[in-house]
Amino acid sequence: MRRQFPLALCFIAGLFMAVQYFIPHPTVQDMYERLLIWLQTLLAFAFLLGTVSLVRLHYHKIRHRADDRGYSWVTLLALCLMIGLGFFHSAHHAQGSPFDKMFQNVQVPIEATMFSLLAFYVASAAFRAFRARTLESTLLLVAACIVMLGRVPIGDMIHSSIPAATRWILEVPNLAAKRGIMIGVGLGMMATSLKIILGIERAWMGGGD
Amino acid sequence: MGTIIWTTIGAILTLSVYSFLYKDNPFYKFAEHLVVGISAGYYLVIYYFNFIQPNVVAPVFQLRFGDEVIELGSSMWWLALIPGLLGLLLYTRFFPKIGWIGRWSLGIYVGGYAGLGLSPIMQARVLNQIGANALPLTSITNVFLIVGLIGTLTYFFFSMKHKGVLGALARVGIVFLMVGFGASFGYTVMSRVSLLIGRVGFLLQDWLHLI
Amino acid sequence: MNIFERFMQIDRRWIFLAIGIVVIIPFFFPLGLPVTVTEPVQNLYDALDEIPPNGQPLLLAIDYAPATLPELEPMSLALLRHAFSNDINVAVLTLHPAGYGLAERAMNQVAEEMGQVYGEDYCFLGFRPGLSAVILGLGVNIRNVYPEDAYGTSLNDIPMLDGIRNYDDIPLLITLAGWSAAEAWVLYAHQPYGQDVGAGVTAVMATDLYPFLDTGQLVGLLGGMRGAAEYEGLINHPDAGVRGMDSQSAVHILIIILIVLGNIAYFGARRKKREMERDAA
Repeated sequence: MRRQFPLALCFIAGLFMAVQYFIPHPTVQDMYERLLIWLQTLLAFAFLLGTVSLVRLHYHKIRHRADDRGYSWVTLLALCLMIGLGFFHSAHHAQGSPFDKMFQNVQVPIEATMFSLLAFYVASAAFRAFRARTLESTLLLVAACIVMLGRVPIGDMIHSSIPAATRWILEVPNLAAKRGIMIGVGLGMMATSLKIILGIERAWMGGGD
Repeated sequence: MGTIIWTTIGAILTLSVYSFLYKDNPFYKFAEHLVVGISAGYYLVIYYFNFIQPNVVAPVFQLRFGDEVIELGSSMWWLALIPGLLGLLLYTRFFPKIGWIGRWSLGIYVGGYAGLGLSPIMQARVLNQIGANALPLTSITNVFLIVGLIGTLTYFFFSMKHKGVLGALARVGIVFLMVGFGASFGYTVMSRVSLLIGRVGFLLQDWLHLI
Repeated sequence: MNIFERFMQIDRRWIFLAIGIVVIIPFFFPLGLPVTVTEPVQNLYDALDEIPPNGQPLLLAIDYAPATLPELEPMSLALLRHAFSNDINVAVLTLHPAGYGLAERAMNQVAEEMGQVYGEDYCFLGFRPGLSAVILGLGVNIRNVYPEDAYGTSLNDIPMLDGIRNYDDIPLLITLAGWSAAEAWVLYAHQPYGQDVGAGVTAVMATDLYPFLDTGQLVGLLGGMRGAAEYEGLINHPDAGVRGMDSQSAVHILIIILIVLGNIAYFGARRKKREMERDAA
């Protein structure tokens, strides 16, 4: 019951979803539509599970008086504030509501800025680590420089062959390499899916009985 | 006035994150922890009102799914009850003695998604791509595409030692892969720089009105 | 330590400062360099342009999060402006929870700018979790996935969605995403249902989608801020994409200079070291 039953459910759900594409019978399609909603629901509940885990983590930090517990307070208070604004404010998610303003003026700037930090680090890494040591690394470096120039307007200004070379790189060697990776990863995804459905891959069940 | 205050808050938080470039500091840490709380709260509310309320709660408790009326105790009602119950089972993991029950839901979830993907992945990622690369050897470009694909696939074929013809093909594959990764690197730089330009645009235009 | 080695160990914060300055300067002294249009962008423009006005809607999936906003928001604004100027109805949805606020922000901005009416010219279906399950569900019946729009109105009460049931009634779907959503739309909307799919993605992802572009599984592709700038050029409405191109050019040049300098320093240091070892021997 603890391991065999979930494996059986996994097999049945997986097999059904895999073969329903080929069975246009109304009963099968009705069940398929219903299962699609179930899968979405499970994902939604799994997300909420993540929020519970986040609260537990910061609650433990505060309870055990960790050195950086002040920041845990920040996280928990921000979470409570958003939930409060979202659930108890009349226009909970319309544009211009306090809930939306918090999103647009706190979450958006911080997240966008955090990812923009990578511009600085990628420049620093290009200076320190991008070396033409071997034929392979030289190819990578040359292709990168051509594409970097060819995809900005100044590349056109320097010489018309730069955008043309960029286009060739993207549509020929890049296409062949990415297609190879796409096929390889696709085969890997299928193999993993089959292993999950057939119960060979069981990591999703976690440890214990 | 309100807009100015909100924009200034956004700008201060932006600068707090950029202060990390000098070194790690409390302003950055504050912004980092703040965004975790705000985003978790935002997502929770959006998940609830956009999905759980109309698709899970409304059919069971408000006896409707959009315009469709559902009668209490009818087969439709019982079927509407199942996804919510399965979702709740996931929470048994917080109670060690009955934590294993959550695997039932997980089994349906993992198996369902694995099954859903099989056919589209096979067609879109494998068959269509192989078909598109089955080109006549009538141009240099076609030859490059065919040799490049075979070389790349050979490079990732680890069941035999890369010697002789296989070794040569794998070597060709590396060349194509390196050019492909070079293109990706170029685009990655472009991407990161665009994000920075967006933030600088926000500070200079939306906040300071300098441009 | 010779001069090359010292140069290589320069404090990285000087590089950060240089990047910051080079990004800022073009905002004050714009060069206005022309942006040429590439084929994937032109193809997407043409596909949208062919949709008959006031009929079946364009389905616009605003699947991005704040992290990729500067690259993808200019695309959504340009696409919405193009659709509305051609009187094409637009149904907006999102598969990313953060896309909810960002979709509203882009949609309302352009709708207000161009005097569009909610429910008649555009509508917002909201967010749904589950990626492939949602995309496949839309292929069966949009109302199964979205019994009501984002504001609680039944889809049957939205005039522009009259007679719109599934992908058969959607002439074009465009996804704007900085994650695997773009590929998911190809896999689960184009593959089983033959839905025409176009994509606007971050530059990081663009090269990976070229195989789909080559096979026609994607009708067109906008890659990063440059893709947005090209589209803004096509609709004659330059905005954030075009404005950013000067800074983009300047930083790319700086990074190439840094790569060259880094290599000169590296090989210079290596040669010096070898000379010193030879002298010592």
